[in-house]
Amino acid sequence: MNILQVIGRLFLDFLESIGEVVVFAIRTVFHILTPPYYPKVLLKYIVIIGYYSLPVVGLTAIFTGAVLALQSYTGFSRMNAEDSIATVVVIAITRELGPVLAGLMVAGRVGAATAAEIGTMKVTEQIDALVTLSTNPFKYLIAPRVLAGVITLPCLVLIADIIGVFGGYLIGVNKLGFSSGNYLRSTFDILEISDVVTGLIKASIFGFIITLMGCFHGYNSRGGANGVGVATTNAVVTASMLILFSNYFATEFFFTKG
Amino acid sequence: MSSNPLFKKIESYIKPKKKRSRTPTDVKIRLRNVHKKFYEKKVLRGIDLDIYNGESLVVIGGSGSGKSVLIKNIIGLLEPSRGSIKIEGQEVAHLNSRERSAMMGRFGVLFQGGALFDSLPVWKNISFSLMQSKKISSAEAYDLAVEKLNSVGLGGEVATLSPSELSGGMQKRVALARAIVHNPEVIFFDEPTTGLDPIMADVINDLIIKCSAELGATTFTITHDMHSAKKIADKVAMIYEGKIIWHDSVNNLNSCDNEYVQQFINGRATGPIKMKLQDH
Repeated sequence: MNILQVIGRLFLDFLESIGEVVVFAIRTVFHILTPPYYPKVLLKYIVIIGYYSLPVVGLTAIFTGAVLALQSYTGFSRMNAEDSIATVVVIAITRELGPVLAGLMVAGRVGAATAAEIGTMKVTEQIDALVTLSTNPFKYLIAPRVLAGVITLPCLVLIADIIGVFGGYLIGVNKLGFSSGNYLRSTFDILEISDVVTGLIKASIFGFIITLMGCFHGYNSRGGANGVGVATTNAVVTASMLILFSNYFATEFFFTKG
Repeated sequence: MSSNPLFKKIESYIKPKKKRSRTPTDVKIRLRNVHKKFYEKKVLRGIDLDIYNGESLVVIGGSGSGKSVLIKNIIGLLEPSRGSIKIEGQEVAHLNSRERSAMMGRFGVLFQGGALFDSLPVWKNISFSLMQSKKISSAEAYDLAVEKLNSVGLGGEVATLSPSELSGGMQKRVALARAIVHNPEVIFFDEPTTGLDPIMADVINDLIIKCSAELGATTFTITHDMHSAKKIADKVAMIYEGKIIWHDSVNNLNSCDNEYVQQFINGRATGPIKMKLQDH
């Protein structure tokens, strides 16, 4: 096999993988929209994805806000633009860092756990057992998780936004010497509703990507423990990459038109 | 079933079963020229098989002979590449998901590893299908699960345990309870005694015979455990390289003159069956 054949084979495999993911996503959306619904299962995953991710997302947000304030001060003080620190922190957190960092943290925590759980169910025939018990695995396993991701990520990101801005505030007031009133005024004068809303829309997209990748790789895992391990790694890597890609396109769509 | 009014109510959710005769009068499952291939690899190469009402058919065969693929094709977990699979005359080889789901209500399946749901306690595992489809209450489901646990020789205290807290034999019994909870017409057993010690394997064999007799169910078992096959089978079929090479009453198994069957049931390394040591 020559080099061109290898490249061609890899390209065809790549296209095939994209096709499989797209078909999986369409099936998932179809099963989210059509009955039967499993509200108790949905609630369970909202708690697992949302509530149990709060500590890691909160810690990430507060330190990101704090570091952003410190770094901005270092740079802006050279141009006598220290007053812009609060503005930079709130815009960066709500538009980009809140959704992206929360998405990446949740991808690591939830994407891996989802792929591992569904992958284990696959290799131990639990998914086959679901089918034989007249239960559609897409409706019972996949749809509630993906819907929970879409609903929960914006809530997490909203909390991350608040904590992240608070992290910047703590550093600005306690370490950099800003007055509390001035810092808050600078924060809220410049902040627009659309800054927050676009971040939340991105979060929903990221929630879809994270849970979909976890479910897709878990559902298609093969070959015992090794297969589950590969599926877990692939779920986290592909979800993280897709978050970064989709973030660029979402940013271009929301902020560069007109 | 108990005279308890609660169980009568639960029984009313489940389609009442007529006590079926074990005399083979008509065909329950009919396979004709069933082929299955994965890419270029042909696993089933034209399976023809009739399974009669109330009959217990055991399919024996070595590893890689196509046993698991055969059972998955009949259940509907895989679709045959070509050929016909009929349940009571209804073609089931290419059903849509809704028709398949309805068909599954007539089947019970015991998987090789039990395939119990890790995330649910034992009683929810057993009552899963009824809770999903019939909307019985949790209290009713719990009581039904305990009743079924008793019928497979386990106490009610097991009901609240997690599957991971059970031994292999107990898991198999819980899985059997789950397979029979909705009084299926056909029960499929995938290597029911694999991984069990000889005594527990025999306990499972006895439970299979008892449960299928009580339900009057047709049973389809795949195994390479000859003791199990001889104990639970009315008829035995042997699959080799994707084809049924012998199919007859279990009473004729030891005396048959098929050299493949003789090599297999006597566990001889030498004979017409050559074990592949490598895939390539």
